[in-house]
Amino acid sequence: MTWDMIVVNVVGLGLIGLIVWFFWLVKTKGVRAALTSGGYQEQMVLVKGGYTPDVIVLERGKPARLNFVRQESSSCSEMVVLAAFGKSAYLPEGETVAVEFMPAEAGEYEFACQMGMLRGKLIVE
Amino acid sequence: MNKHAMHMSPASANVLPGYKIHEARAPAGPEGLDREQQAREAEYRSLMRKWWFAAPVGVFTMIMSYPWLFPVLDDWFPRGSPQLWYIWAFMGVASAAVLLYSGNQFFTGAWQALEHRSANMHTLIALGTGVAWVYSTIILLFPQVLPSSEMLEVYYDVTVVVTALVVLGLAMELKAKGRTSDAIKKLIGLQPKTARVVRGGREIDIPVEQVVVGDLVVVRPGEKIPVDGEIAEGSSAVDESMVTGESLPVEKRAGDEVIGATINKTGSFKFTATKVGSDTALASIIRMVQDAQGSKVPIQRIVDVVSGYFTPAVAILAILGFMAWYTAGPEPRIVFALIVAVTTLIIACPCALGMATPMSLTTGVGLGALNGILIRDGTALQTAQKLQTVILDKTGTITHGRPVLTDVVMSPGVDENEMLRLAGGVEKSSEHPLAAAIVEGAAGRGLALPDAESFNAIPGHGIEARIGGRALLLGNLKLMHDRSIALGALEERAAELADDGKTPMYVAMDGKAAGIVAVADTVKDDSVQAIRSLKDMGLEVVMITGDNERTARAIGRRVGIERVLSEVLPQDKAHNVQKLQLEGKKVGMVGDGINDAPALAQADVGFAIGTGTDVAIAASDITLIKGSLHGVVLAMQISRATMRNVYQNLFGAFIYNTLGLPIALGVLYPFFGILLSPLLAAIAMAFSSVTVISNANRLKRWRPA
Repeated sequence: MTWDMIVVNVVGLGLIGLIVWFFWLVKTKGVRAALTSGGYQEQMVLVKGGYTPDVIVLERGKPARLNFVRQESSSCSEMVVLAAFGKSAYLPEGETVAVEFMPAEAGEYEFACQMGMLRGKLIVE
Repeated sequence: MNKHAMHMSPASANVLPGYKIHEARAPAGPEGLDREQQAREAEYRSLMRKWWFAAPVGVFTMIMSYPWLFPVLDDWFPRGSPQLWYIWAFMGVASAAVLLYSGNQFFTGAWQALEHRSANMHTLIALGTGVAWVYSTIILLFPQVLPSSEMLEVYYDVTVVVTALVVLGLAMELKAKGRTSDAIKKLIGLQPKTARVVRGGREIDIPVEQVVVGDLVVVRPGEKIPVDGEIAEGSSAVDESMVTGESLPVEKRAGDEVIGATINKTGSFKFTATKVGSDTALASIIRMVQDAQGSKVPIQRIVDVVSGYFTPAVAILAILGFMAWYTAGPEPRIVFALIVAVTTLIIACPCALGMATPMSLTTGVGLGALNGILIRDGTALQTAQKLQTVILDKTGTITHGRPVLTDVVMSPGVDENEMLRLAGGVEKSSEHPLAAAIVEGAAGRGLALPDAESFNAIPGHGIEARIGGRALLLGNLKLMHDRSIALGALEERAAELADDGKTPMYVAMDGKAAGIVAVADTVKDDSVQAIRSLKDMGLEVVMITGDNERTARAIGRRVGIERVLSEVLPQDKAHNVQKLQLEGKKVGMVGDGINDAPALAQADVGFAIGTGTDVAIAASDITLIKGSLHGVVLAMQISRATMRNVYQNLFGAFIYNTLGLPIALGVLYPFFGILLSPLLAAIAMAFSSVTVISNANRLKRWRPA
């Protein structure tokens, strides 16, 4: 093996390690939804190439409301699905759409676009 | 806190300034539909502009990347010549422009995804085209990095052509995607815009949103009925096909329910509005369909797990491919390694995988809605096609659910109309559920029913009355025996009627047997045909009823059901469903949504036969708006067709990726010397997602078998 091959393989393995670490190993800390005077746990979610924030911490047994704002025209993100709560919503560009549900049981639930390309997580404690 | 206040709170609490808040549950109106349409159109036009910019540059770069393949060009731009270098430099600038304009969404999309620690199709395309451009530019500027000048080849064509094809694919995908939701558009488009109401004694036209419950609404022939209500005066035939799937117009009289968005055919009438705005049957249907289309088919969970790892895994494969080809590949190693890595990045199509089930679900659920079948969610759809046994509730499902006069038998010398006239007259005073059937039957023959002069109901036996100057007895065998009436051949005839599932009642006039009137809950016209179709589909059909065994068996025989569960109390129906499930079967239960709710819930799939405007109340998995058993057959066929479509799409998407990736990585090269060109990979990738959507759209051509 020549020196250039060694370099290519070392760099390649390094990149693979970076991908594994960056996409799969790092755990993002969630944002805790704010409790409003109406008794709802509310969180604004920006939809632009992904969900911001994409990890939302909720308290069990209190109604939750996520206000989605889609700020892109790509049709990939035009729908958001909270499969575990049987909720979905069409998100017109530039408008706020509220999705309300009741996180009755503790656990981790996913919310995603219809194709499952954009994903977020709800942590119910 | 009142409803309004609750809806107001988010606007003040946690909304970006300048944004209007929408409640996700409200169905989109025609206005929302237009905006969605416009947004799609704008996106489509933008993608097509990008395609038209990239396409000519693509053709130019494709030719000029290999001028030695064209005799004239080879003379003008020989390999290694300064003029070719300048042409390539120009191509580098042009392809950068294509990347920046046509491929802009890939790079911004990839960056945004990266910010969310995720990767998607954009990431793969951006990496593939970006790597090709950067490599080409480096060797163009610093050719000395290559071992030989013969190896100097640029890959700007890959950059531009891949961008162009993927953009074209996205545009086609957008068009096809718009078509999958045609059904919901059709439903939303049904919503009427104006209504003619009586206010202050005058008829005025107002927007439909302003109609309130209790308004008296005027409908003329050929007009659309604006909201749900009950006819106050007038009568007409109404075409309800758009909501119930029933093709024949339905006769409506005062007191009957009318459904908004259906079309009045012949007469004029006035009706009282009972449901308006988002409470109407149509609004409920639209909401249910939207919810179902946004739900997930259970099999999607597997796909979700796969696609969660998919894109980074493809990037890893591309790196491994580069390493392998650089280390052990043929010369020029760097070129082969680069082509393999770029092709691998480009051929992988996470989109086809992600779209496989939602697209079919959207089409399938919409198809159901257009046929009067409301499917609650993807789970109901997937389970329905696995059913092995279908339990049909007798009353109201197989039969009409209300008794009618079926037979009149006379003793010799008795006039049929006279007997029926008197029997009908007597029953007018009775509150017995079967009495109405005789009254209606007699009235239906145009007989004028006299009033009884005296009337005595004998519980458990029948009625004794004086009517038209005659003594009349109407009741069962016990009553006749008590009064020592000789029945003769009538007794045998009555037994036959009972065997047939009917309820016979003897009539005696002036102390002599006059005949029999029999009533029965009649079987709906298409029940027999529907039950046969269900059996033809390989399903075991079971009837459940509270009737005694003899009556139940008789009806079972008439409709072709062998397995009959009789004398089942309403509260025990769910338990019976469970017993069948314990036999290891997937059980569907068909009944009306209100009385049978526990049994419907217990079943793997509960089918509620609804009628009219109560569609959304039923707590069932599948609601059949039209009160016909044939809907169960259609629902089963639609669920099977949709799931077949889902499996085809998933199979296609999985096979495409599992075959495409190894080929891109060059597994065929050692055996056949075949290495996939990145351009072919781009074509395959762009069309794989279009194929998935087109296959889902094919479902729309489904017609009942």
